[in-house]
Amino acid sequence: MFDELTSRLETVFKKLRGYGKLTEQNMRDSLREVRRALLEADVNYKVAKDFVSRVEEEALGREVLKSLTPGQQVIGVVHEELIRLLGEKATGLKPSSKPPAVILIVGLQGSGKTTFTTKLAVHLRRKGAKPMVVAADLKRPAAIEQLKILADSVNVRALVPEKGESVLEAGPRAVAEASETGHDWVLFDTAGRMHVDEEMMSELSQLKELVSPHEILLVLDGMTGQDAVNVASAFEKTLDFDGAVLTKLDGDARGGAALSLRAVTGKPIKFVSVGEKLDALEVFHPDRMASRILGMGDIVSLVEKAGQAVDAERALEMERKLSEADFTLEDFLEQLKEVKKMGPIQDLVEMIPGFGKMKRAGLSLDENALVRVEAVINSMTPRERLNPTIIDGSRRKRIAKGSGSSVQEVNKVLKQFFHIQKLLRQMKRGRRKGLSFLPF
Amino acid sequence: MLSRLRAGLRRTRDSLLSGIGRILSGRADSEEVMIDQMEEFLLSADVGVSTSEKLAQKLRTHLREGGAGAGPDLLALMKKEILDVMKRPLAESAPGGRPHVTLVVGVNGSGKTTTVGKLAKYYADRGEKVLIACSDTFRAAAGEQLEVWAKRAGVDIVRQKSGADAASVAYDGAEAGLARAASVVLVDTAGRLHTKVNLMEELKKIRKVLARKIEGSPQEVLLVLDASTGQNALIQAREFGSCMGVTGIALTKLDGTAKGGVVVAIASELDIPVKFLGVGESLEDLVEFDPIEFADALLSEENSPSPLS
Ligand SMILES: Nc1nc2c(ncn2[C@@H]2O[C@H](COP(=O)(O)OP(=O)(O)O)[C@@H](O)[C@H]2O)c(=O)[nH]1
Ligand SMILES: [Mg+2]
Repeated sequence: MFDELTSRLETVFKKLRGYGKLTEQNMRDSLREVRRALLEADVNYKVAKDFVSRVEEEALGREVLKSLTPGQQVIGVVHEELIRLLGEKATGLKPSSKPPAVILIVGLQGSGKTTFTTKLAVHLRRKGAKPMVVAADLKRPAAIEQLKILADSVNVRALVPEKGESVLEAGPRAVAEASETGHDWVLFDTAGRMHVDEEMMSELSQLKELVSPHEILLVLDGMTGQDAVNVASAFEKTLDFDGAVLTKLDGDARGGAALSLRAVTGKPIKFVSVGEKLDALEVFHPDRMASRILGMGDIVSLVEKAGQAVDAERALEMERKLSEADFTLEDFLEQLKEVKKMGPIQDLVEMIPGFGKMKRAGLSLDENALVRVEAVINSMTPRERLNPTIIDGSRRKRIAKGSGSSVQEVNKVLKQFFHIQKLLRQMKRGRRKGLSFLPF
Repeated sequence: MLSRLRAGLRRTRDSLLSGIGRILSGRADSEEVMIDQMEEFLLSADVGVSTSEKLAQKLRTHLREGGAGAGPDLLALMKKEILDVMKRPLAESAPGGRPHVTLVVGVNGSGKTTTVGKLAKYYADRGEKVLIACSDTFRAAAGEQLEVWAKRAGVDIVRQKSGADAASVAYDGAEAGLARAASVVLVDTAGRLHTKVNLMEELKKIRKVLARKIEGSPQEVLLVLDASTGQNALIQAREFGSCMGVTGIALTKLDGTAKGGVVVAIASELDIPVKFLGVGESLEDLVEFDPIEFADALLSEENSPSPLS
């Protein structure tokens, strides 16, 4: 999600790594690049300015350290400051003491509130809770139907205002009903509104009074530009919301709004929404996001996801191999197997450092191709897997026969494998040309 | 109409004013400082780094050539530069068969459906016979939403069940447009991120189906952009543009505080003109884009809201 920013920063730091010694001047040049990258990522210009001067101060103060290269030192500081700005640790919803806990979901028009409401219900239920949703958007045509259809599709109870009933009437009724029916979370999908629309904003304060929410979540489009600071501070002033949700981060928006929001409100970002499917919701991890921004890849995320299928050590080993390019067909097969166990490849591959770039280079993933590749590799001897250069014509024929494919298919797999291997080496050396495809 | 635009843009102007005011009151600041501030001001309006730098550079060149001096002069110059970028002759819609088909595209939640509703009214008011086709068969209740807008605008609508093939609705729309002798057909589509390859392919298919049914259509491919979107809008314009050949932009939600300055970058880099502005949630909240008004509103020196509003 922070792909673009990441690649920009990578360029900057590559430059920095090239410097023998960090002088005040060349650090300033690099920090100017950092500022540019942040601006292109939609970080508010004031926030970006502050950020850069803080990093500068920090980095200059630490110049004495001998054990690090100058570049490493600056990277370290930028990373630390990014984490600091994004918030130190992940915060999900606050635990609720007395049910039903009411959550108000608020934000501008079109930010993704309705989809998020349903996703949050699914998320809570997965944790053993019994959530219900309330359609509190009486403004947008068919908004109620939209929520109803989404909630029905995942078997969540949706309370819909009766004809003529206002949001302020339906709200307390929903909470009362939840107490009776034993729903422990009540999620209000409110109408999108402009933060400068006084009438609509005051409706929210009134609703807040009436239903005493456990939490108020501000939903912010991840593509938001400089205006993020205005929106966030207006909603903070009126509602003093508890946390924010960034949506549509499955696209290529750089997501600088996350930094802006944190900087002006200090409110935590609790979730990120990453797709139209109703399970495409993730808890926000500031540290991972900061790593991602810095081009370290989301290794932690990878390990965590992989943990359900493989143990963390092997994932790390894989990660190491990927980055060191002592990558054999054996590893390749191993990886394909794990990847298959771990579920949607797309999600996973995105977390591997460098793969964001391959995707941008036009890589697409096909799960069926994966099965075919696996069959071919399975028909090779261990020696062949470790040293594929020995696979000559007759071996190819044998492998083709053994895997029920053709020699062309085997050729293709080998070609692709060599291609990846080369690519990984290039990645290691920092060149990234010719990334045309991967076999899966 | 004008007053609506102004009302919508007033907030934009107000929030810009603090910035411009700052520049104008530039006490004893040097020109260089004022230009830096101007650049920052453009950044704060989402114009983006490259375009802001480019514009600032032009000011510097002017100054070096002994042009302007004080704050107001600089402002007038900047306005002219922005106007230069935004004032491209509107590409004549390619002559095509009738009805005139507008295909409306964009990312999720940008305001496509609302814009289709407003456009229906806009054309109906001008005596056109309008028909709407709902090719958003994906989002829950998208059809119901559009149906409400069609009713409000008093025009016909063609739709199918949720989950139906989007291109086949477009086909129905074109066919119904011909059969009912409509002069304008508006095709609403599901929101999609430009990064989703298969969904972009679906758009191409819709386009192809329309062209097959009505020669030269769609005459207009309108990209709907949310004014609060930052630099990603530039990528959206580029991607939708290269996939679909976008002929114009509708910039929505200008009734908030977002400045929508990224359209300056889009016009500068991609040459895609803005055609309509969305300034609210009612049927009439659509205005034709006027570059002069826009540049004026963006860089107005006035301190009070426009008397026209
Ligand atoms: N304030 C304001 N809201 C708008 C404008 N245009 C659209 N919207 C709102 O933005 C939300 C998303 O609009 P919709 O047309 O459904 O977007 P779509 O998903 O692109 O079709 C709805 O709540 C609309 O009422 C506008 O110009 N101003
Ligand atoms: Mg729509």
